[in-house]
Amino acid sequence: MLSPSLVIGASLAYLLLLFGVAAWGDRRAAAGRSVVGNAWAYALSMAVYCTAWTYFGSVGRAATTGVWFLPIYLGPTLAMVLAWTVLRKMIRIARRWRLTSIADFVASRYGKSPMLAGLVTLITVVGIVPYIALQLKAIATGYGLLTGPSGGGDGLGSAGLWWQDGTFYAALLLAGFTMMFGTRHLDSTERHEGMVAAIAFESLVKLLAFLAVGVFVTWGMFGGPRDLFERVAAQPDLARLLTLGGDGGGTAFAWGQWFALTLLSMLSVIFLPRQFQVIVVENVDERHLKRAAWVFPLYLWLINLFVLPIAFGGLLFFGSATDADAFVLSLPLAQGALWLALAAFIGGLSAATGMIIVEAIAVSTMVCNDLVMPVLLRTRRFRSRHGGDLTRLLLAIRRAAILGILLLGYVYFHLAGEAYALVSIGLISFAAVAQFAPAALGGMYWKGGTRRGALAGLLAGFVLWAYTLMLPSIAKSGWFPDAFLLHGPWGLALLKPEALFGLTGLDGLTHSLFWSLLANVGAYVGVSLWRAPSALEASQAALFVDVGDAAHAGPAFWRGRASVAELLPLAERFLGAARARRLFAEWARLTGAARVEDIRADAAFVQYVEAQLAGAIGSASARVLVSSSVQEEPLALDDVMRILDEATQLRAHSRALEAQRASLQRATEELRAANEQLKSLDRLKDDFMSSVTHELRTPLTSIRALSEMMADDPAMAADQRQQFLGIIVAETERLSRLVNQVLDLARIESGHADWADEDVDLAAVVRQAAGSMAEALREQGCTLTLDLAEPVPPLRADADRLTQVVLNLLGNAAKFVPRPGGEIRVTLRHDADAVRVAVQDNGPGVPPGDRARIFDKFHQAGDAASRPGGTGLGLPISRQIVEHFGGSIRLRHDTGQGACFEFRLPWQPSIEQPAEQHHSPGDKR
Amino acid sequence: MPRAGSHRLGQQRLLALFAAGLLALNFPLLVLWDHAVYIAGLPLFPAALFGIWALLIAVLGGLIEAQPD
Repeated sequence: MLSPSLVIGASLAYLLLLFGVAAWGDRRAAAGRSVVGNAWAYALSMAVYCTAWTYFGSVGRAATTGVWFLPIYLGPTLAMVLAWTVLRKMIRIARRWRLTSIADFVASRYGKSPMLAGLVTLITVVGIVPYIALQLKAIATGYGLLTGPSGGGDGLGSAGLWWQDGTFYAALLLAGFTMMFGTRHLDSTERHEGMVAAIAFESLVKLLAFLAVGVFVTWGMFGGPRDLFERVAAQPDLARLLTLGGDGGGTAFAWGQWFALTLLSMLSVIFLPRQFQVIVVENVDERHLKRAAWVFPLYLWLINLFVLPIAFGGLLFFGSATDADAFVLSLPLAQGALWLALAAFIGGLSAATGMIIVEAIAVSTMVCNDLVMPVLLRTRRFRSRHGGDLTRLLLAIRRAAILGILLLGYVYFHLAGEAYALVSIGLISFAAVAQFAPAALGGMYWKGGTRRGALAGLLAGFVLWAYTLMLPSIAKSGWFPDAFLLHGPWGLALLKPEALFGLTGLDGLTHSLFWSLLANVGAYVGVSLWRAPSALEASQAALFVDVGDAAHAGPAFWRGRASVAELLPLAERFLGAARARRLFAEWARLTGAARVEDIRADAAFVQYVEAQLAGAIGSASARVLVSSSVQEEPLALDDVMRILDEATQLRAHSRALEAQRASLQRATEELRAANEQLKSLDRLKDDFMSSVTHELRTPLTSIRALSEMMADDPAMAADQRQQFLGIIVAETERLSRLVNQVLDLARIESGHADWADEDVDLAAVVRQAAGSMAEALREQGCTLTLDLAEPVPPLRADADRLTQVVLNLLGNAAKFVPRPGGEIRVTLRHDADAVRVAVQDNGPGVPPGDRARIFDKFHQAGDAASRPGGTGLGLPISRQIVEHFGGSIRLRHDTGQGACFEFRLPWQPSIEQPAEQHHSPGDKR
Repeated sequence: MPRAGSHRLGQQRLLALFAAGLLALNFPLLVLWDHAVYIAGLPLFPAALFGIWALLIAVLGGLIEAQPD
């Protein structure tokens, strides 16, 4: 056993540490270096979902029902799968309209209805108070166990009078702590960074403490999981818990309940006030959701990992499941591991305080904004008190609300705490907040939902929840006779709360969840469809459903006359003078107004001020205040539709404008590219012209020089005259060849050439070309070898043109081979795709510098002095011809000495052509 | 628009994962694991539940971290 002073001292020290963490978080936030501005802290703060109920109750549930503790954590995991879709939208909506609670969220969506906000708040308070009582009970039981006689004490003296009860003071202490960190600023959209830091820290503590106990039980008390489960397997009663049907003696597994629990926890992880607070209100950056969406489920996975080992360790050790809720503490205690027991208690304390703090802050905001403020705004004395800073009053209301909630929790604990197991209380709360789901989720995705529909749905769901779940649980606590449970009220069996209308076969929770959600959704949809929405409902529906992203503000639904002089005092009253001035200055900066007084009080500005006020006092109260302070013209439904239409058109126009801009840009790019191409073509034409004239001038010059010499010297020797005339004839031939080739090339390039389309035997083509060159080659002492793989299938092409190509290549080779001793080898090969013809010589080869430009017009390899005569058009023409038939021509580098030109013609040009259009530049001579 | 396209595709993947998770963790697929068998000393049914759960978290992490902002 531990001494009470040690346990209390450790608890106080822990709370003090928590206080330190929170103060540190607040200080860092004030200095602009947020500690909670990261995804990890965000994910850890979500783990406030795991309360003392998880910490102690899971083990208790596992010890009695096996795997049934799990659906409560599987549901949130599944909900997190949709976080990026659903929660992100929720966060955007809440941020845009500065919504600070689930009550405000629902009320704002349905026309900022104060009645709806009040109803949601009421349901929350009724549903949550037992849950807070549960946390107090966990602390009290844990304390009793640590200090009292083993096997379960009686709490912090809870048997005595309330002023002697330690739990009472614990509740007060927690209330003080919550006030300290929850109500420092007025604007709840301004995040409670210190509180979030403390909650994240607590989440770590409870996880580590629980894992420590798990490791201790699994490896300290038993020889690891294998040993533990072997012993479980030896006891059929226990082993049964590890399979399906673990719920009460071999009956069929209650699938309905399994699914109901999953669904319930899926909704609770979003709609519990504390979850809404940490996930939506305290969110710093919506991108954090990406990491938190999987880290939070991972946390749940980890904290549940040792639930079964601890539960079965306890069952094996104590021999029964009584007080299984306390196994986390009683196992280390029984083993004499006092420090571990103390750590485990601190972990449980952590879980309980974390829940209490966040829940109390969230609920107090709702109570203040949605229950107290509307009443205050109606009283004449409050309204007549013009001027004066009301922020202090608001803070006082919130503090009182926190104290009130905790005291209510204490009273509930004091009266009913012993009656019910931990788990069932938690589930009753879950079922209460699940009633918000239809109105909240429906409101985010369905524009047709109306205020009446939401009210009817919530009321129906709440009434059925109270009748089928809350009432039976109270009756079972023995507060009033449970005859109506057994026989129905006034003996009407059809109205039995746990078998409504004779529906049996479901457990109490599933039964209640089914009826309440059925009535809720039915009334919500049915009543919504019954009457058309009002203007305010329709405009809010549009703003919620089409919230868009941060960059696009929605349309402003407001009409009337307002002035800064009216709105500024209003804002100062509820936000504080400094803050209000700052917000107005911010708007002035955004809209380009020089001073606050110059702000144009248009609809967007009124909406902005109203949203700021909503952050402090809730959207319903803010609406009342703004409408009573400025001159408004009521909007009709038609006006709302018109504004929506305008907004849609505006969006469409801006989208069209955007598209037009993009297409203009594209057109500009294309024009620029075309211009570039034209310029380069122009340059090419100039080059071509200068090359042609140059090539024409060379023979002309020599013809002219020789003719002049002959003209000047009539007495020239006949043989010399003959020689000159020979040269002139040769040069003239060269000239006409050149002109012919230029014409030829121009015809091919312009697409005016005549092409034959006939079956060509390429081997015959090669042989014919070789035959016409044979004589000339033999004269210069060159050997020509033909290596043709025959037979060659016929190719659809133009035989004369292909002959021209082979002649060009042969003529080229003949110019460069050594004389004598030249060798030329023509190879023809074909496969399934194409036929290849290569012409290899043993000349000097193509110098590396010329290879790239070898197929350019008028480009001739070698320097001008040494190169043999030619037009420099042979290869370009050959290339044009080969490409016309979808083939390619290139210079091969891999054949060793000499040059080797190869052209390739595909059997199917149409398929091959696109691939062959791009030659690598290195392939040219 | 490729950005919007990948955005929508990512959302659809998450939706599909949600459906898969809901199916895998409910009747009747859970019955597949209901055997009084011990694997490496661990009871099959709870081990399978934790395994499916871990897989779900791992896939969720992979999918959601790849979402464009």
